[in-house]
This record gives sequence, C-alpha cells and structure tokens, in this order.
Amino acid sequence: MSDTTVAELSHEIEGSGQGRSLWQDARRRFLQNRAAVVSLIVMIIIALIAIFGPLFAAWNNEEVDWNVLGDIASMGGPSIENGHYFGVDELGRDLYARVVQGTQVSLMVGVIGSLIAVTFGTLYGATAGYVGGRTDNIMMRLVDILMSIPYMFVLILLLVVFGRSMWLLFVGIGLISWLEMSRIVRGQTLALKSKEYVEAALATGVKHRVIVTRHIIPNLMGIIVIYATLLVPQMILTESFISFLGLGVQEPNTSWGALISEGASTLQYGTYWQLVFPLAFFIVTLFCFFFIGDGLRDALDPKDR
Amino acid sequence: MISIRTLTSTTILGLMLSASPLAAETHPVTNEALADEQVFVYRVGDEFASIDPQLSEDVQGGEFIRDLFEGLMNQDADGNLVPGVATHFEANADNTVYTFHLRDNAKWSDGKPVTAADFEYAWKRLADPETASPYSWFAEEMGIVNISEVMAGDLDPSELGVKALDDHTLEVRLENSMGHFPLMTTSEPTFPSPRWAVEAHGDDWTKPENIVSNGAYILTERVPQERSVRERNPLYWDNQNTILERVEALVISDESAALTRYLADELHRTEVPTGQFGALSEKHPEEAVTFPRLCSYYYFINMTENTHPALLDPRVREALYLAIDRDVITNAILQGGEFPAYSFTPEATANFVSPANPAKEMTQAERDERAAALLAEAGFDGSEIELDLLYNTSESHKKIAIIVSQMWKQKLGVETVLQNMEWKTFLEARSNQEFDIGRAGWCGPYNLASSFLDLMSSTHAYNDAGFANAEVDRLLDEAKVSADPSANFTRIEEILTTEYPIIPIYHYAGVYMMDETLRNWPVNNVEQKWYSRALYFAAE
Amino acid sequence: MTAFIIKRLLSAIPTLLILIIFSFLLMHSAPGGPFSSDRPLPPEVLANIEAKYHLDDPLPLQIWNYVVGVVTQFDFGPSFQYKDRTVNEIIGQGFPVTLTYGTISFVVAVVFGCALGMMAALKQNTWLDYLAVGISIGAQVLPNFVMAPILVLIFTLWLGWLPGGGWNGGAWPYLIMPVIALSTSFMASIARIMRSSLLEVMHSNFIRTARAKGLSSRDILFQHALKPAMLPVISYLGPTFVIMITGSVVIDLYFTTGGIGQAFVNSALNRDYSVMMGITILVGCLTIFFNLIVDILYAWIDPKIKL
Repeated sequence: MSDTTVAELSHEIEGSGQGRSLWQDARRRFLQNRAAVVSLIVMIIIALIAIFGPLFAAWNNEEVDWNVLGDIASMGGPSIENGHYFGVDELGRDLYARVVQGTQVSLMVGVIGSLIAVTFGTLYGATAGYVGGRTDNIMMRLVDILMSIPYMFVLILLLVVFGRSMWLLFVGIGLISWLEMSRIVRGQTLALKSKEYVEAALATGVKHRVIVTRHIIPNLMGIIVIYATLLVPQMILTESFISFLGLGVQEPNTSWGALISEGASTLQYGTYWQLVFPLAFFIVTLFCFFFIGDGLRDALDPKDR
Repeated sequence: MISIRTLTSTTILGLMLSASPLAAETHPVTNEALADEQVFVYRVGDEFASIDPQLSEDVQGGEFIRDLFEGLMNQDADGNLVPGVATHFEANADNTVYTFHLRDNAKWSDGKPVTAADFEYAWKRLADPETASPYSWFAEEMGIVNISEVMAGDLDPSELGVKALDDHTLEVRLENSMGHFPLMTTSEPTFPSPRWAVEAHGDDWTKPENIVSNGAYILTERVPQERSVRERNPLYWDNQNTILERVEALVISDESAALTRYLADELHRTEVPTGQFGALSEKHPEEAVTFPRLCSYYYFINMTENTHPALLDPRVREALYLAIDRDVITNAILQGGEFPAYSFTPEATANFVSPANPAKEMTQAERDERAAALLAEAGFDGSEIELDLLYNTSESHKKIAIIVSQMWKQKLGVETVLQNMEWKTFLEARSNQEFDIGRAGWCGPYNLASSFLDLMSSTHAYNDAGFANAEVDRLLDEAKVSADPSANFTRIEEILTTEYPIIPIYHYAGVYMMDETLRNWPVNNVEQKWYSRALYFAAE
Repeated sequence: MTAFIIKRLLSAIPTLLILIIFSFLLMHSAPGGPFSSDRPLPPEVLANIEAKYHLDDPLPLQIWNYVVGVVTQFDFGPSFQYKDRTVNEIIGQGFPVTLTYGTISFVVAVVFGCALGMMAALKQNTWLDYLAVGISIGAQVLPNFVMAPILVLIFTLWLGWLPGGGWNGGAWPYLIMPVIALSTSFMASIARIMRSSLLEVMHSNFIRTARAKGLSSRDILFQHALKPAMLPVISYLGPTFVIMITGSVVIDLYFTTGGIGQAFVNSALNRDYSVMMGITILVGCLTIFFNLIVDILYAWIDPKIKL
C-alpha cells in the first residue's frame, strides 16, 4: 500500500461506502421476496444433504445389496427397514447414497462450471471494455466468432476426444458459457468508464489495475451475481444431457443426469422410485436457483423494481 | 381427441397394409393358416454401414445381405448345410480342392443368370487390396491358394485359386486341407456380386435404384438412420416358397424405446433389455423367447509389461476367476436364460469334449475360500491391488463390470477402477494395452471349437492381451491339419484353466420379444443365420 | 444497412475458417480413426483405404483440399462409414427432417411462450401469474430425455393414440411428440423472458404517459408496449432457432426421426470425419446467419440501435 494516494483512499472510502449501502439495500429487498428466501433455505438444506447426507446412509454409493438383486421391481422399493430410504437402483445399490453423491457431483458441476464461466467472462469483458479501442474490437470480434461455433457439438467432440474426466466436464461446460458473460460485462464496463468518478481517478493518476479492481469490478458485482446464479441451473441441465449421451462421470460415481436418465429408461418396468427421487432433487434445485436468481435481479437491479 | 385416435389408427393401419395382401392362404408344408398380412418389422440398434456383401462387417448388415443375396450354400433352421445357388459340391480326398455345381435357374434381379463367374469375381474382389474391404481377413481365413500374396498386393487377384470352369461349375483350391470350407460359403463375404452393376455405379451400386441382387428379396427403400425395406424378389428361383412379402428394419438405438414400440405393436421383434426377461415373460409368456447361443462373454487379462504386476502371477488371475459368482450374474443381472461360463468354448459346441474343471464343481463359498487362499499364497494383500477394468459403453457391460468389481472388492479386497469408453476409444486403449482387465464377447463363426480357441494363438489379431503359450500355438497348428483335433482343443482349454489368461463369465442367449404369430424363427441355429424367406406369420 | 450486411457476411469467412480448422484438429486428435475396428485391418488394406479417402496426406493439405472442395464444388466429401453415401446426401436427408420438426417446434414455442409470458405480465401477482410462472419453470427444468419416455408411455403405450417413433416422411402423427418434447423448455424460457421484459416496459414512463392520455389497455399493449418488450425475446430467439432447427440429439435418438442431431452423434462416435465436419459447418453457417437476422430485426424494431 506504499503507493496509496490521498485521492485513491478517498475513492476507496467513497466506493466502499456506496457499496455497503447498495448491498444493504439489496439484502433488504431480497429478504422481502418470499419465494427467493424460501428457495434459498431449501437450497441450503439440499447443500447440507449433499455434504452431510452420507452420515445418515446405511449403505455407501457402490455397495450392492445382494438380497434384493434379481428382483428389484418388487423388493427394491423405498424401505426404512433395510436402510434403502429411496429404494435401490437397477443393480441393488442404495439410491439414497447415490442421490446424495449425485447431488455433490451435479452441484459441483453447476457451481464450478459457472465460476469458471463468470471469472473468465468477467476478466475478458472488463479488459475489453476498459482498454477499449482496437483491443476491444479484436477481443469482441473473437467472441463473435466463438459464438458461431455450435457449442453443444463441440462439447460432445471434446468429451469424445479427451475421455471423461470430471475436471474436463467442469472446464468444458464452463468454457463454453463465458461468451455471453463477457459481452454483458463489457457493456457495463463501457458505461462505468464514462462515469465521473472513474474519470476523476484517471485524472489524478490512479493506476489502471487499481481502478479496475476498486471501481469497475465492485460495480459489476450485481450483474455478475445474478448471471452466475442463472448459469448454475444451465450447467446442471447441460451435465444431465451429457450423462444422457453416456459421456458423463465414470461409474461408480454418478450425477443427477445419470440417475435421471437411468430412471427414465426403467420407468416402464415399474421401478418408479429410480426416477422420482433424483428427479425431485433436480427439479427442486433448479426451481430454487431460478427463484434466487430472479430475487437477486430484483434486489440488485433497482430499475426493475 | 376421438378424431385423433381414429385418424392415427387409420394412418398406422394404412402403413401396415401397404404391402400386397396376396399371401398364400396356408403354409405349403405345415398347412397352417397364414395371416393375411405378411410384413415383418424388426428393430436394429445401429444402422449397418454397408450392404455390399464384400464390404459389410456388422451383424445387422449380414442379416440384410442374407435376404438380398444368396451364396453357394445356405443353412437350415438347425444350422445344417443346405443348397443355395449351388445344388451340390464335391471335394478331393484331402479336402484341398472343392468343386461347386450351380443351379441353372438362379437369376439376378435384372434377369441375368447367376453364374460361377459372379462368385469368382466376388471372391477376387474380396481379396483385392484395391477393394480395401474391412472384411478381407475373411478371405485369409478361407485359405484359398495365393490369398496372402494377393492381399499383400504381391500377386494379381487373377492368381487367386478360384476359377469358374463353366457357367455352372466353380472350382476352389485351398492351401491346406479344410473340412469345414463349405460352411464358409454361407457367410456373407462369399456371396456373389454383379460385376456389371458394381462397375457401372461404383460405390453407389448398393443404392436402391442401382442394386442388382440374387436373393429372395430386393432392396426398395433405405432411409439413413431410420429404416430400410426389402421386398419379395419375383425372379428368385424359389420365389413360390417365399411367404413374407416385405421386411422392414427400423433403426432404434434406445433399447427401452424399442421395447415400448414393440409393446405398442409397432414391431414384431426386439431385443429384451438386460434383466427384463423375467418380468416380460410373466406378462407375455408367448412372446418372450430365449435360446442359447454359441457365444462367450469374458474378461481378458493384460499380460504384457504394461499390466499391474500382480496379474503376472497365475494365482492372482485364478483368484479373480474364482471370486466371480457367475450364478448371480446370470440369474440376478441378466435373467435371460444365459449360462454361467467356466470355459471359453461353450460345452454345447460340436465335437468338443470339455476337460475336467474342479472350479466348476465347487460351491461358490468354496470358490471364494480358495480365491482368498490363492491370493494370500501369492503374497498379495487384496487392498493393495487396484485394477483398471476397461469396457465399452453399454448398459449390460456396465452392469456386469460394476457387479464384478463389487465381488472382487468384497471377497478379495481388490479395488477396481471402472473405465467406460466409447467403442473407438476402447479399441485404441485395448490395442495400446492401456488396461489391466478388459471385456470382450466372442461368437464362434462356426459350430467348431477352433472358432473359439484360435483366438488364444499368440499371433491372432484379437490377441491384444499378450497371452503367448508355445504349447497352445503348437496344438492349434496341429489341429489345423488333423483329422480329429478334438483332443487338442480339450488340452487347450485345460491350459486356459491353469494359466487363466481370460476369465469366462457367461455364454450368451438370444433374448427377444417376438410376435406370437411369427413362425419358424431358427432358435436352434446357433450362429443365428436367419432368412426372411423361411419366416411367416400364422393366422391368429 | 446494406454495407452492414456485406461487412457481416465478409466477417463470416474467417469465422468459418477458424471453425473448420478447429474442428478438423479436434477430430483428428480423437483416439481411433474411421477405420479402426475390432479386428485390426491388414496394413495393406488400411493403406489403400486411407489413400482412397486421402487420409495419408499431411493434415494442412487435407484441410486445404477440403476447403477447396467445399468452396469450389460445394462437395463435402464421401462418408467414411457409409460406403454408398456422400455427406451431401446424408445432410440432404437429415436436415429437412430436423428443419421440419424444428420449425414447427419453434413456432409452437414462440406462440405459446409469448402468450403465457404476456398473460403473466398483464395479470402480475394474481394466481394466473403464479400459475404461468410455475408452468414455465417446471417446463424449463424437466429434461426432454425424461419427457420423451413419459410422453411415449402415455400416448403410445397407454392410450395408443400416437406412434412411438419413426418419421414416415413427416406424417403428422409422427410429429406431435417430437414437437412437444422439443418445444416445451424453449416455450418456458420465452415465457419468462417475455414476462419480465413486458413488466419492465409497462412500468416505464412512456407507458404511464400513454395511460394518462386515457388509451385503452389493449391499445397500450399492442401499439406501444409490445414492440420494445420483444427486444430481449428476439435476441433469445436467434440462437434458439438454430438450436431447434439443428435438432435436438435427444429427439433424434429417442424418436428415431433420422435428423442431423443423431447423424452428428453417430459420426462423432464412429469418427466419420467428413460427416462430422459437414454438420458442424452447416450449424456454424446457420448460427452466423441467424445472428445477423437478429441484428437486423433489432434495428428494425429500435431505430436507435446503430448497426
């Protein structure tokens, strides 16, 4: 902090002061939105199940219950007695343990995927918007080009080419979603750049890096948070599609998509629980993310009130 | 909604009836009353790449080609040889020269007679490296004189030991004695091709508008990824005995979607999804059918230097072999009438005497005990062993891999990392030996022990796992020229159950849902060579 | 305007080139090739096959020849897997199928989505609104690979009203379930976007002014509010249309419609390089084209936007 100037300090105080009231305001508005609050609570419960669920499982996610194997349709249903709260899958493995483990994977795909997309998209968009001129032109032209690439096709190709590691899934899903983010961020950055306090900071010789991290990024937080929340369900949906194609995570690990796709294909054999439980988790979670996203947008984007 | 129902059902009905309703009233042999409508619709999981007899390499394509073309010999419902285009054949004393006599009433669908020259052309075409057939290895298996040189491009295809002596006589000269050579002429790569059509249209000659064929059916429609249709060929020499008017193959990749469509009466035949046979045969006892096949499902163990060191000890391999509870796999997972496999060659194989195998007689508890003891004897703690188990994407491979890995884990403590790969990646990993244990399935092309045990030769193209045993190689070489090689095969199986290069798991069954009025399905034909012209629908 | 369109079309050229090179390299780095098979081919045969399809040329030359073939003769080459088919034939067969059910699904999604969204916005915070929002989120989160088997169970197996799959030249009973399964989630997204954008417009000053002038709600909606409210919907529709007409892989796989979605997945799994390239280029061109259409529509709706 040796190079801190008075001007910069004053901006910092002003900036953070503004931020605090903005965020306090937003929190108040968010808490008034009942659907969003309920969703947030449900979401927290689901996350807790993902983390602590295994503690309550009578079986682990790969153990086969040899007693029910061979007659899943009549003996594999949900039961407290044998510890299969959600029943078992087609191979006699405990569905509760598998749903919990699938929840971990799917939430991770959603969160890590959107973190990658948001981080990359923000950095890229903010740089383009802030630097401007020819750099901006080239960078955004590149985004246009990448946007014309049929991304679902590329994802299928990627997974075929590089096998099916879980990290690749995270990165692949994240990397194809940063484009939209970068465009939004660039637009916002351009608008912010012409604000008086940024011009003042520039005039007083504050370094670019400091301006970006102190002024631009904090002011972008609202849109970033909203976008990230809305990206998570998209990521989870994409993952489920990948699992449907059989290109998802490796056994014995699983994900909601894999469980749902298995459950859907065995639906006609009378093992309804194999679809119902994972699908319920999936749908409830996606609902929550949508409501939380809407709530955040209403809270952080005052013009939409 | 009522209008939708009526309209739809008329549309479907209209589709079904579009074929000619001129079928015979009763079956010529059994005198059974025949259904008015003789249209057979069945599911194929994947579309066949080609219906060119010399280029096709998949089972679905083979089914199609057997209807469109006819080879020298055919198989009957039990797999016996019956005349095809050839009425009879003779061989010289040591089975190295075969002479086939062709019938004079066989015609191509454009009216030209089928001659011995069409076969000569087809076989040379198969061998010619210019044709670049993925199935050219079959020509090598046939062992025709000069085949290796022709395939390598060192000799002109005209030097191949096959010759049309006249329009109706075909002579084949073989490098070695081969008693089962006539059986090979029921395989699709040996079927004739019409030179004039191939030369006029090039690769496009197999399109419906160009194709010329000599079988009981002609190709009338081929919509990629959706359907292929063949219809009765009025010029076929035995046309009056053909009953089915029209046969449609629908491409449906999803097994359970296919089953739904079968249950909705859109199909007459579909595969039963793994593990559903029991439930389906309870609900539809007349329609769920199962019959044994000459096929083995097995795991092969990587025995090259890339493998897990523990696998180089035969005791470890035997322990893995013993710890698999095959009854659980056949009774609880597959449930379709499959048989547990303790040897590679199915016991039902003709002229095969399986060696005594103590493991087979034990109870599973005894096997498990012995497995644990063997592992300890070899000086390994199971939990220190972690094996990569490679399999290609498929529901049933996945299920078996998961169950087997749990058996190994619970009984031996051995950890398994499941490696599910789509086909092409699987092949690459297999040929690079990037696995410890891999899965394979093999159907013997003939009802002979050699069609299985040849795979155990150190030089066989399928031998990616590096198993090399001098005695096995010697026994196989001997068997090729021996009049009665059955002792050799018994001995090879014995070696396999002391060396354990592979772990047989089960012998396949054909498990299908089949319309109850569909008759004459050749369930006893272990190679499942079925011909649409032998099938028919009985009146309900 | 014309200058803008020409500029955009010109800029499509490098985009497509990058797409071609990128896909080409990605494809060739996949393990296995189009002719790797269970039983490895004898080397002489493999060499002949590779020569036939020019796979033995160096990669840059292959790319060059490919681009030249495409540009000069519109020739996307032969399929490596299907001996008697060219890529043009495969796309010519599959694309009309996908285009048919995709376009119908698109129209269905737009009509019902806009109607649902408008209803929700106009009746904000009534039970109608909650119902519409509930339906649209529900429809959005139900994956179509779950919806497809459920539809088939109901309409084919239980009721016997509709065929469970196939295409049959696009006869309408074969179209219904694919269209429902494909359009639902897009309809839901459109409804949500429509609702929030219409709400925003309805609360803006110029609508308040219009209302103060005493215009009827109907006039306000159709003459003033709808046009600006469509902007976000349109920007969503551009890429969506491409996704829909290039087909959902799920629809093709489950209903065996024979569209290019399935052809693409099969070609990727079989390493049928030329088919994979052909479909990727087709989809890339469509994406570029419809992005351009969206921009033009934008300018037409909102003259303030400079092209």
